[in-house]
Amino acid sequence: MKNILFALLLITTSITQLSAQGYKVGDEAVDFKLKNVDGTSVSLADFPEAKGFIVIFTCNHCPFSVAYEDRIIALDKNYKAKGYPVIAINPNDPEIVPADGFKEMQQRAAEKGFKFPYLFDEGQKIYPIYGATRTPHVFLLNKDGKSLKVAYIGAIDDNSQDENAVSQKYLENAINALLSGNSPDPDFTKAIGCTIKSSAK
Amino acid sequence: MKSLLLSILLLSFLPVLKSQDIRITDFKGLEPLLNQQNDTTYVINFWATWCMPCVKELPYFQQIHDEFSQEKVKVILVSLDFLKHLDTRLKPFLQKNKLSPEVILLNDPDSNAWIDKVSPDWSGAIPATVIYNRNFRNFYEKSFTYEELQTIINQNLIQK
Repeated sequence: MKNILFALLLITTSITQLSAQGYKVGDEAVDFKLKNVDGTSVSLADFPEAKGFIVIFTCNHCPFSVAYEDRIIALDKNYKAKGYPVIAINPNDPEIVPADGFKEMQQRAAEKGFKFPYLFDEGQKIYPIYGATRTPHVFLLNKDGKSLKVAYIGAIDDNSQDENAVSQKYLENAINALLSGNSPDPDFTKAIGCTIKSSAK
Repeated sequence: MKSLLLSILLLSFLPVLKSQDIRITDFKGLEPLLNQQNDTTYVINFWATWCMPCVKELPYFQQIHDEFSQEKVKVILVSLDFLKHLDTRLKPFLQKNKLSPEVILLNDPDSNAWIDKVSPDWSGAIPATVIYNRNFRNFYEKSFTYEELQTIINQNLIQK
Protein backbone atom coordinates (compact mmCIF):
# COMPACT_ATOMS: atom_id res chain seq x y z
CA MET A 1 0.00 0.00 0.00
CA LYS A 2 2.78 2.35 0.97
CA ASN A 3 4.49 1.63 -2.34
CA ILE A 4 1.37 2.44 -4.31
CA LEU A 5 0.97 5.71 -2.45
CA PHE A 6 4.59 6.52 -3.15
CA ALA A 7 4.19 5.70 -6.83
CA LEU A 8 1.08 7.87 -6.98
CA LEU A 9 2.98 10.69 -5.33
CA LEU A 10 5.78 10.33 -7.86
CA ILE A 11 3.32 10.41 -10.76
CA THR A 12 1.53 13.47 -9.41
CA THR A 13 4.83 15.30 -8.88
CA SER A 14 6.00 14.53 -12.38
CA ILE A 15 2.68 15.73 -13.81
CA THR A 16 3.00 18.97 -11.86
CA GLN A 17 6.53 19.39 -13.16
CA LEU A 18 5.38 18.74 -16.70
CA SER A 19 2.70 21.39 -16.50
CA ALA A 20 5.21 23.83 -15.02
CA GLN A 21 7.03 23.74 -18.35
CA GLY A 22 3.94 25.10 -20.08
CA TYR A 23 1.71 23.99 -22.87
CA LYS A 24 2.56 22.25 -26.08
CA VAL A 25 0.29 22.21 -29.10
CA GLY A 26 -2.49 19.68 -28.48
CA ASP A 27 -2.56 20.20 -24.71
CA GLU A 28 -5.77 21.08 -22.93
CA ALA A 29 -5.74 24.69 -21.70
CA VAL A 30 -7.17 25.78 -18.36
CA ASP A 31 -9.69 28.54 -17.98
CA PHE A 32 -8.94 31.43 -15.63
CA LYS A 33 -10.73 34.26 -13.91
CA LEU A 34 -8.79 37.52 -14.13
CA LYS A 35 -9.49 41.18 -13.54
CA ASN A 36 -10.26 43.16 -16.69
CA VAL A 37 -9.45 46.86 -17.25
CA ASP A 38 -13.19 47.63 -17.04
CA GLY A 39 -13.28 46.34 -13.46
CA THR A 40 -15.12 43.08 -14.24
CA SER A 41 -13.71 39.56 -13.94
CA VAL A 42 -13.30 37.66 -17.20
CA SER A 43 -13.23 33.91 -17.82
CA LEU A 44 -13.12 32.03 -21.09
CA ALA A 45 -16.37 30.40 -19.94
CA ASP A 46 -18.02 33.82 -20.37
CA PHE A 47 -17.90 33.31 -24.16
CA PRO A 48 -20.08 30.22 -24.80
CA GLU A 49 -20.57 31.22 -28.47
CA ALA A 50 -16.80 31.43 -29.21
CA LYS A 51 -15.13 28.68 -31.27
CA GLY A 52 -11.86 29.43 -29.55
CA PHE A 53 -9.63 32.24 -28.32
CA ILE A 54 -6.58 34.22 -29.32
CA VAL A 55 -4.87 34.43 -25.91
CA ILE A 56 -2.01 36.95 -26.11
CA PHE A 57 0.36 37.58 -23.22
CA THR A 58 1.33 41.19 -23.77
CA CYS A 59 1.94 44.37 -21.80
CA ASN A 60 2.28 48.14 -21.87
CA HIS A 61 6.02 48.70 -21.69
CA CYS A 62 7.58 46.22 -24.11
CA PRO A 63 8.43 47.77 -27.51
CA PHE A 64 7.48 44.55 -29.30
CA SER A 65 4.07 44.59 -27.59
CA VAL A 66 3.61 48.23 -28.51
CA ALA A 67 4.64 47.51 -32.11
CA TYR A 68 1.90 44.87 -32.29
CA GLU A 69 -0.93 46.83 -30.59
CA ASP A 70 -2.62 47.95 -33.81
CA ARG A 71 -2.27 44.48 -35.31
CA ILE A 72 -3.84 42.94 -32.20
CA ILE A 73 -6.75 45.39 -32.45
CA ALA A 74 -7.21 44.42 -36.13
CA LEU A 75 -7.02 40.69 -35.32
CA ASP A 76 -9.75 41.04 -32.72
CA LYS A 77 -11.91 43.04 -35.12
CA ASN A 78 -11.53 40.46 -37.88
CA TYR A 79 -11.73 37.25 -35.92
CA LYS A 80 -14.15 38.01 -33.08
CA ALA A 81 -17.00 37.87 -35.59
CA LYS A 82 -15.64 34.55 -36.86
CA GLY A 83 -15.62 33.07 -33.35
CA TYR A 84 -12.04 33.74 -32.20
CA PRO A 85 -11.89 36.83 -29.96
CA VAL A 86 -8.64 38.24 -28.56
CA ILE A 87 -8.03 37.85 -24.83
CA ALA A 88 -4.98 39.92 -23.83
CA ILE A 89 -3.24 39.18 -20.53
CA ASN A 90 -0.52 41.28 -18.89
CA PRO A 91 1.73 38.81 -17.03
CA ASN A 92 4.27 41.27 -15.61
CA ASP A 93 4.83 42.12 -11.96
CA PRO A 94 4.21 45.90 -11.62
CA GLU A 95 6.57 45.92 -8.63
CA ILE A 96 9.32 45.42 -11.21
CA VAL A 97 7.73 47.31 -14.12
CA PRO A 98 5.53 50.13 -12.80
CA ALA A 99 4.42 50.88 -16.39
CA ASP A 100 2.58 47.53 -16.37
CA GLY A 101 0.41 48.30 -13.33
CA PHE A 102 -3.37 47.88 -13.45
CA LYS A 103 -4.07 51.64 -13.62
CA GLU A 104 -1.53 51.99 -16.43
CA MET A 105 -3.24 49.09 -18.25
CA GLN A 106 -6.58 50.89 -17.96
CA GLN A 107 -4.96 54.04 -19.35
CA ARG A 108 -3.40 52.25 -22.31
CA ALA A 109 -6.61 50.36 -23.12
CA ALA A 110 -8.52 53.66 -23.16
CA GLU A 111 -5.87 55.44 -25.30
CA LYS A 112 -5.81 52.69 -27.89
CA GLY A 113 -9.53 51.88 -27.65
CA PHE A 114 -9.09 48.18 -26.94
CA LYS A 115 -12.37 46.38 -27.70
CA PHE A 116 -11.09 43.13 -26.19
CA PRO A 117 -10.47 42.14 -22.56
CA TYR A 118 -7.07 43.29 -21.27
CA LEU A 119 -6.59 41.18 -18.15
CA PHE A 120 -4.14 41.41 -15.29
CA ASP A 121 -2.47 38.14 -14.23
CA GLU A 122 -2.58 39.13 -10.57
CA GLY A 123 -0.09 37.10 -8.55
CA GLN A 124 1.36 35.78 -11.83
CA LYS A 125 -0.49 32.46 -11.62
CA ILE A 126 -1.64 31.96 -15.21
CA TYR A 127 1.37 32.68 -17.43
CA PRO A 128 3.54 29.87 -15.93
CA ILE A 129 0.74 27.34 -16.51
CA TYR A 130 0.55 28.37 -20.17
CA GLY A 131 4.32 28.54 -20.42
CA ALA A 132 4.51 32.09 -21.69
CA THR A 133 8.10 33.40 -21.54
CA ARG A 134 7.94 36.69 -23.38
CA THR A 135 5.66 39.46 -24.56
CA PRO A 136 3.94 39.24 -26.95
CA HIS A 137 3.41 35.46 -26.80
CA VAL A 138 0.34 33.96 -28.48
CA PHE A 139 -1.61 30.84 -27.50
CA LEU A 140 -4.40 30.07 -29.99
CA LEU A 141 -7.06 27.92 -28.32
CA ASN A 142 -9.70 25.87 -30.12
CA LYS A 143 -12.84 24.43 -28.55
CA ASP A 144 -13.00 20.67 -28.77
CA GLY A 145 -16.31 19.62 -27.26
CA LYS A 146 -16.18 20.96 -23.73
CA SER A 147 -12.42 21.31 -23.57
CA LEU A 148 -10.05 23.94 -24.96
CA LYS A 149 -7.10 22.64 -26.94
CA VAL A 150 -3.94 24.59 -27.74
CA ALA A 151 -3.79 24.83 -31.55
CA TYR A 152 -0.90 27.22 -32.14
CA ILE A 153 1.84 28.79 -30.01
CA GLY A 154 4.16 31.60 -30.95
CA ALA A 155 4.43 34.79 -32.93
CA ILE A 156 1.77 36.93 -34.60
CA ASP A 157 3.77 37.27 -37.83
CA ASP A 158 7.34 37.37 -39.11
CA ASN A 159 8.09 41.08 -38.81
CA SER A 160 7.66 42.86 -35.51
CA GLN A 161 9.35 46.04 -36.75
CA ASP A 162 7.33 46.76 -39.85
CA GLU A 163 3.78 45.61 -40.50
CA ASN A 164 4.12 46.44 -44.20
CA ALA A 165 7.11 44.12 -44.57
CA VAL A 166 5.31 41.07 -43.14
CA SER A 167 5.44 38.04 -45.42
CA GLN A 168 4.13 35.30 -43.09
CA LYS A 169 1.03 35.98 -41.00
CA TYR A 170 1.54 32.94 -38.76
CA LEU A 171 -1.38 33.57 -36.40
CA GLU A 172 -3.91 34.53 -39.08
CA ASN A 173 -2.92 31.49 -41.13
CA ALA A 174 -3.41 29.31 -38.05
CA ILE A 175 -6.90 30.70 -37.35
CA ASN A 176 -7.87 30.40 -41.02
CA ALA A 177 -6.73 26.77 -40.95
CA LEU A 178 -8.97 26.10 -37.94
CA LEU A 179 -11.89 27.88 -39.64
CA SER A 180 -11.55 25.60 -42.63
CA GLY A 181 -11.25 22.50 -40.45
CA ASN A 182 -7.49 22.00 -40.84
CA SER A 183 -4.58 21.93 -38.42
CA PRO A 184 -2.33 25.00 -38.38
CA ASP A 185 1.01 24.60 -40.15
CA PRO A 186 3.32 25.74 -38.66
CA ASP A 187 1.71 25.29 -35.26
CA PHE A 188 4.74 26.64 -33.37
CA THR A 189 6.95 29.66 -34.04
CA LYS A 190 9.42 31.75 -32.05
CA ALA A 191 10.06 35.47 -31.86
CA ILE A 192 12.24 37.91 -29.98
CA GLY A 193 10.33 39.51 -27.12
CA CYS A 194 10.63 41.00 -23.67
CA THR A 195 11.15 38.63 -20.78
CA ILE A 196 8.12 38.33 -18.51
CA LYS A 197 9.13 40.26 -15.40
CA SER A 198 8.85 38.29 -12.18
CA SER A 199 10.64 38.80 -8.90
CA ALA A 200 10.63 35.02 -8.40
CA LYS A 201 13.24 34.65 -11.15
CA MET B 1 56.19 66.32 -26.19
CA LYS B 2 53.46 67.95 -28.15
CA SER B 3 52.97 64.88 -30.26
CA LEU B 4 52.84 62.72 -27.11
CA LEU B 5 50.11 64.90 -25.68
CA LEU B 6 48.30 64.76 -28.96
CA SER B 7 48.44 60.98 -29.08
CA ILE B 8 47.22 60.72 -25.48
CA LEU B 9 44.40 63.02 -26.40
CA LEU B 10 43.62 60.91 -29.46
CA LEU B 11 43.79 57.69 -27.47
CA SER B 12 41.38 59.02 -24.89
CA PHE B 13 38.87 59.61 -27.67
CA LEU B 14 39.37 56.17 -29.13
CA PRO B 15 36.80 54.27 -27.05
CA VAL B 16 34.17 56.83 -27.96
CA LEU B 17 34.99 56.57 -31.64
CA LYS B 18 34.98 52.81 -31.41
CA SER B 19 31.61 52.62 -29.70
CA GLN B 20 29.98 54.42 -32.61
CA ASP B 21 31.28 51.86 -35.03
CA ILE B 22 28.31 49.50 -35.13
CA ARG B 23 28.12 46.73 -37.65
CA ILE B 24 24.61 46.10 -38.98
CA THR B 25 23.90 42.65 -40.29
CA ASP B 26 21.24 40.02 -40.88
CA PHE B 27 21.56 36.62 -39.21
CA LYS B 28 23.60 35.22 -42.09
CA GLY B 29 26.26 37.80 -41.34
CA LEU B 30 26.23 37.04 -37.63
CA GLU B 31 26.19 33.24 -37.89
CA PRO B 32 29.96 32.70 -38.45
CA LEU B 33 30.67 34.48 -35.16
CA LEU B 34 28.57 31.88 -33.36
CA ASN B 35 30.54 29.00 -34.85
CA GLN B 36 34.26 29.80 -34.65
CA GLN B 37 36.65 26.89 -34.09
CA ASN B 38 39.63 28.48 -32.41
CA ASP B 39 41.20 29.11 -28.99
CA THR B 40 39.11 32.18 -28.27
CA THR B 41 36.21 31.99 -25.81
CA TYR B 42 33.33 33.98 -27.28
CA VAL B 43 30.82 35.65 -24.97
CA ILE B 44 27.89 36.70 -27.15
CA ASN B 45 25.14 38.61 -25.43
CA PHE B 46 21.77 39.36 -27.08
CA TRP B 47 20.29 42.56 -25.67
CA ALA B 48 18.46 45.81 -26.45
CA THR B 49 18.48 49.33 -25.02
CA TRP B 50 14.82 48.99 -23.96
CA CYS B 51 15.35 45.67 -22.16
CA MET B 52 15.74 46.48 -18.46
CA PRO B 53 17.37 43.24 -17.29
CA CYS B 54 19.75 43.46 -20.28
CA VAL B 55 20.83 47.00 -19.43
CA LYS B 56 21.36 45.97 -15.83
CA GLU B 57 23.85 43.24 -16.74
CA LEU B 58 25.75 45.12 -19.49
CA PRO B 59 28.34 46.48 -17.01
CA TYR B 60 29.25 42.87 -16.19
CA PHE B 61 29.96 42.14 -19.85
CA GLN B 62 32.03 45.33 -19.99
CA GLN B 63 33.90 44.12 -16.92
CA ILE B 64 34.57 40.71 -18.55
CA HIS B 65 35.84 42.56 -21.62
CA ASP B 66 38.20 44.60 -19.40
CA GLU B 67 39.36 41.95 -16.93
CA PHE B 68 40.04 39.29 -19.55
CA SER B 69 41.70 41.63 -22.05
CA GLN B 70 44.98 39.69 -21.66
CA GLU B 71 43.24 36.36 -22.34
CA LYS B 72 41.68 34.94 -25.45
CA VAL B 73 38.20 36.15 -24.63
CA LYS B 74 35.97 38.12 -26.97
CA VAL B 75 32.80 39.81 -25.82
CA ILE B 76 30.26 40.71 -28.53
CA LEU B 77 27.08 42.63 -27.75
CA VAL B 78 24.37 41.79 -30.28
CA SER B 79 21.70 44.48 -30.13
CA LEU B 80 18.14 43.66 -31.13
CA ASP B 81 17.08 47.30 -31.20
CA PHE B 82 14.98 48.29 -34.19
CA LEU B 83 17.04 49.65 -37.09
CA LYS B 84 15.05 52.90 -37.05
CA HIS B 85 16.37 53.52 -33.52
CA LEU B 86 20.06 53.18 -34.46
CA ASP B 87 20.85 56.90 -34.31
CA THR B 88 18.18 58.01 -31.86
CA ARG B 89 18.61 55.34 -29.17
CA LEU B 90 21.39 52.80 -29.73
CA LYS B 91 24.28 55.14 -30.52
CA PRO B 92 23.48 57.63 -27.72
CA PHE B 93 23.08 54.72 -25.29
CA LEU B 94 26.49 53.28 -26.18
CA GLN B 95 28.15 56.65 -25.83
CA LYS B 96 26.49 57.44 -22.54
CA ASN B 97 27.38 54.06 -21.04
CA LYS B 98 30.89 53.98 -22.56
CA LEU B 99 30.61 50.39 -23.73
CA SER B 100 33.76 49.25 -25.50
CA PRO B 101 33.09 45.62 -26.60
CA GLU B 102 32.15 45.13 -30.25
CA VAL B 103 28.48 45.95 -30.87
CA ILE B 104 26.53 44.40 -33.73
CA LEU B 105 23.00 45.44 -34.62
CA LEU B 106 21.20 42.29 -35.71
CA ASN B 107 18.63 43.58 -38.16
CA ASP B 108 16.71 40.46 -39.14
CA PRO B 109 13.05 40.76 -38.10
CA ASP B 110 12.10 37.20 -39.14
CA SER B 111 13.43 35.91 -35.82
CA ASN B 112 11.55 32.61 -36.08
CA ALA B 113 13.98 31.71 -38.89
CA TRP B 114 17.13 32.12 -36.77
CA ILE B 115 16.35 31.76 -33.02
CA ASP B 116 16.81 27.98 -33.17
CA LYS B 117 20.13 28.43 -34.97
CA VAL B 118 21.45 30.35 -31.96
CA SER B 119 20.05 27.64 -29.68
CA PRO B 120 17.00 25.35 -29.79
CA ASP B 121 16.66 26.13 -26.06
CA TRP B 122 16.01 29.81 -26.73
CA SER B 123 12.35 30.90 -26.44
CA GLY B 124 13.17 34.31 -27.88
CA ALA B 125 13.16 36.29 -24.63
CA ILE B 126 16.14 38.53 -23.89
CA PRO B 127 18.62 38.78 -22.27
CA ALA B 128 20.17 35.67 -23.76
CA THR B 129 23.85 34.73 -23.93
CA VAL B 130 25.99 32.17 -25.75
CA ILE B 131 29.39 31.33 -24.27
CA TYR B 132 31.58 29.02 -26.34
CA ASN B 133 34.97 27.99 -27.57
CA ARG B 134 36.18 24.91 -29.47
CA ASN B 135 35.78 22.71 -26.35
CA PHE B 136 32.71 24.17 -24.74
CA ARG B 137 29.35 25.62 -25.65
CA ASN B 138 26.41 26.73 -23.55
CA PHE B 139 23.32 28.86 -24.02
CA TYR B 140 21.70 30.90 -21.23
CA GLU B 141 18.25 32.53 -21.33
CA LYS B 142 18.77 34.40 -18.07
CA SER B 143 20.34 37.39 -16.37
CA PHE B 144 23.90 37.12 -15.11
CA THR B 145 25.90 38.43 -12.20
CA TYR B 146 29.56 39.26 -12.85
CA GLU B 147 30.67 36.34 -10.67
CA GLU B 148 28.58 33.85 -12.65
CA LEU B 149 30.10 35.01 -15.93
CA GLN B 150 33.59 35.02 -14.47
CA THR B 151 33.20 31.45 -13.16
CA ILE B 152 31.94 30.06 -16.48
CA ILE B 153 34.75 31.75 -18.39
CA ASN B 154 37.47 30.75 -15.91
CA GLN B 155 36.31 27.13 -15.98
CA ASN B 156 36.38 26.94 -19.76
CA LEU B 157 39.09 29.34 -20.82
CA ILE B 158 41.68 27.85 -23.19
CA GLN B 159 45.06 28.89 -21.77
CA LYS B 160 47.48 30.69 -24.04
